[in-house]
Amino acid sequence: MSESEIVLSVSGLRKVFGSQVAVDDMNFELPAGKSLAIVGESGSGKTTVARMIVGLEKPTAGTIIACGRDRSKPSRNGAERKLRGREVQIVFQDPYSSLDPRQTGAGLVDEVLRVHHGGDASDRAKRVAELAALVGLDQRQMNAMPKALSGGQRQRVAIARALATDPRVLILDESVAALDVSIQAQVLNVLADIRDQRGISYVLISHDLAVVRQLTDEAVVMQRGVVVERGVTSELLDHPQHPYTKLLRASVPGPGWTPQRARERAAAV
Amino acid sequence: MSDLLTVKDLTVRLKMSTGMREVITGTSLSIAQGEAMGLVGESGSGKSMTAKAIARLLPDGAETLGSVTFDGVDVLALTGDELREHRSQVAVVFQDPRAHINPVRRIDDFMTESLRTLRDVPKKEASKRAATVLEEVGIDDPAKRLRQYPHELSGGMLQRVMIATALLSEPRLLLADECTTALDVTTQAEVMAILDDLRKDRGLSMLFITHDLELAGAVCDRTTVMYAGQVVETRAANVLHSDPLHPYSAALVDARPSIDSTAERLRAIPGRPLSAFEAPSGCRFAPRCLFVQDDCRSHEQVITELDGGFVRCERARDLRGELREGAHV
Repeated sequence: MSESEIVLSVSGLRKVFGSQVAVDDMNFELPAGKSLAIVGESGSGKTTVARMIVGLEKPTAGTIIACGRDRSKPSRNGAERKLRGREVQIVFQDPYSSLDPRQTGAGLVDEVLRVHHGGDASDRAKRVAELAALVGLDQRQMNAMPKALSGGQRQRVAIARALATDPRVLILDESVAALDVSIQAQVLNVLADIRDQRGISYVLISHDLAVVRQLTDEAVVMQRGVVVERGVTSELLDHPQHPYTKLLRASVPGPGWTPQRARERAAAV
Repeated sequence: MSDLLTVKDLTVRLKMSTGMREVITGTSLSIAQGEAMGLVGESGSGKSMTAKAIARLLPDGAETLGSVTFDGVDVLALTGDELREHRSQVAVVFQDPRAHINPVRRIDDFMTESLRTLRDVPKKEASKRAATVLEEVGIDDPAKRLRQYPHELSGGMLQRVMIATALLSEPRLLLADECTTALDVTTQAEVMAILDDLRKDRGLSMLFITHDLELAGAVCDRTTVMYAGQVVETRAANVLHSDPLHPYSAALVDARPSIDSTAERLRAIPGRPLSAFEAPSGCRFAPRCLFVQDDCRSHEQVITELDGGFVRCERARDLRGELREGAHV
């Protein structure tokens, strides 16, 4: 990985809520233009990792370095906070609750551009149109209120908003999980295109191993706050080593799959 | 096998502020004793509304045409005690267990309510039966669980409680509406195994509603695919995935990323899924179909039999073997 610039580096990351250890000793490095999946089930701590990276939670211990700058402590002033916002952005799972219902997609993206990059209204309008084209929305859709848009269209607005700051790293926290199958494929294709065109890096938080395979180069598997296995995504899914990864893999339905109770499954793997 | 449930030409319209809106158009399906039927579709396809019509749980003011027959009884005409009896024969398990359980009542009260009030089963006896079915769905220490409140149980545990509760009235048909969608994959496998066992042990029939074609293929005998309020295909579940008859079923299979390989590009279906009331005349899938011809738009498509399945596409015979050509495998 030495030939490529590391845009995000996490080491010894730990988060404790009361007496509960949510994340313990998390380490990874993400090179520019690459994608990393964090895989796990409810309560594994994967979303807590995402929230610490974007600054929505304060780590108990450990460091998070994005674009060469430490972001494990709260930012000291507005300028630094804005800088952090420019470097790392996030797209949440539920496009119904993550958009302001009283603001159009165009208005939302324009506001982010105004805050982060300035420029006059016509420059910004041009940029809004570029971002809309990138995520596959037309002008009518960008000028509509969220309630007039479908789930997939809203999620594209959320992606356009996140891309407006020109981030180096985009965190996708279950961002395609709530979408219909046909729409999920559209959004996954859009995400792949954006990565190819912009050299952006993704951290994909997901429980869906097929989506993980489609979008990421490397993956870490978390169980109860601890990384139990890591590796190249295709390798990890084809030849899982850790019992928990094997269990996850064996739980995914496919041709020839029969559901087995946990005890039988544990005995089989 | 005789059919336990027969739905024939069912059309449902719901009352909205803007007037009546059609959500299901001329849907027919049947389920035999002990059979598991998968019902697959995207948002607005009408799959949940079909289940609600069968369980007589449609919202007020809904209009129904066609017929639903359960064990020889006309379901749509039932009232009063007969309707209550029907609902104990046909149990429903929904997607989100927390939305369907009273958070301030203990599990025991929730589970035994219908036994105590409708069947006059004494409290102690009802609790004993509840403990037995909890064990049947793989819950250890049922006596402790019965004393607990819903917030003390995990989502997977609570969904098992919902299934156990559904079983208490000894139903003959279980309508499972996305009942594993909100669960973790390992828990989903567990719940599916429980449903599978129950089906074998009790001869329970099942309508299994899901958006996951692969899951339906793995656990069901036949699968019905719905689009925009219509059935577009019914076929043996284990071949639907590898050899679909309808262009929409094929497109659904191809749009889903594979866990075994990475596709250069996913074959996304253009546009978005439609509801029955927004659908165009002629073939409803035509605007998104890769194989569309002018003829498809000019008239309604009808269901016909083909290669052991049923399909609503007059080009289906010509398209045999071509639907998944060029798809990633």
